[in-house]
Amino acid sequence: MTAHRNIASDSWTVAGRTFTSRLIVGTGKYKNFGENAAAVEASGAQIVTVAVRRVNISDPNSTILTDFIDPTKITYLPNTAGCFTGEEAIRTLRLAREAGGWTLVKLEVLGEAKTLYPDMVETLRATEILANEGFEPMVYCADDPIAARRLEDAGAVAIMPLGAPIGSGLGLQNLVTIRLIVEGAKVPVLVDAGVGTASDAAEAMELGCDGVLMNTAIAEAKDPVLMARAMKAGVEAGRLAYLAGRMQKRLYADPSSPLAGII
Amino acid sequence: MTIDADHSLAIRVNGETRRVPAGISIAAMLGELGLDPLRVAVERNLEVVPRATLAEVAVADGDNFEVVHFVGGG
Repeated sequence: MTAHRNIASDSWTVAGRTFTSRLIVGTGKYKNFGENAAAVEASGAQIVTVAVRRVNISDPNSTILTDFIDPTKITYLPNTAGCFTGEEAIRTLRLAREAGGWTLVKLEVLGEAKTLYPDMVETLRATEILANEGFEPMVYCADDPIAARRLEDAGAVAIMPLGAPIGSGLGLQNLVTIRLIVEGAKVPVLVDAGVGTASDAAEAMELGCDGVLMNTAIAEAKDPVLMARAMKAGVEAGRLAYLAGRMQKRLYADPSSPLAGII
Repeated sequence: MTIDADHSLAIRVNGETRRVPAGISIAAMLGELGLDPLRVAVERNLEVVPRATLAEVAVADGDNFEVVHFVGGG
């Protein structure tokens, strides 16, 4: 009898920080902070992505995210969403480090508004600069195994290839390239963007990814809190299936009942 | 430096022009705007101002501030 894995102790580590949840969720596009907080709770996520934006100086007492999602309990991962140059992204993360005191950040440098595809030249350049300044950047990138290796060499603490364009919900478009990145990387690999429903999250995990990051798939579901639960289950199911090791595919049928003793 | 007769300074905060008393610190300026220095990050003329020094650094006429915090995002 083979020893069963102790799945209760399954965890992943990024830049020295260990997490048991493999689902990272965004905090954008929700109807209100309450729904957002309920979805985070239901997802079981221990990390949320956040954006850095101007304070509304006309209404300084308006409620803010930290009133609803406690940064001492949930790790805030500041993101550079909306940045189209390395300079903008670096400037944003320098402010994020001052606002939160965190060096673990998410870098994304976008190439164009239509696809929100990453600009990999700028992304690589910014990764190098940030790593040299003591940041620990988790990096949104194209699903390109060579680019992924370059990012890792430049100091990325996690590789986060897109499964499909941000907010598209199309699901993973290229399973082969995601798997090649997983096989080549020494740092965690998380699918970031493109997940639409729970089976997409499970599929990413079945490929051996360390985690999945999503926002729109939960926030734009008819019932975001229920979808958050579904995503939690999907990530866990995919992870367990990956650990279990799936059966080989075969072209023809193979009966499940014994052939001997048929009456 | 252009100080008006009332000794106030003209600055920009998040793109808006404001007037503050001469000699005021950045922390005091944030207080005047109703902001808690512990909940924001401040950039002055494109340089991040460390939170620990906000009470010591004086606002200068013409300063351009960006005051940011975390908001929901993907």
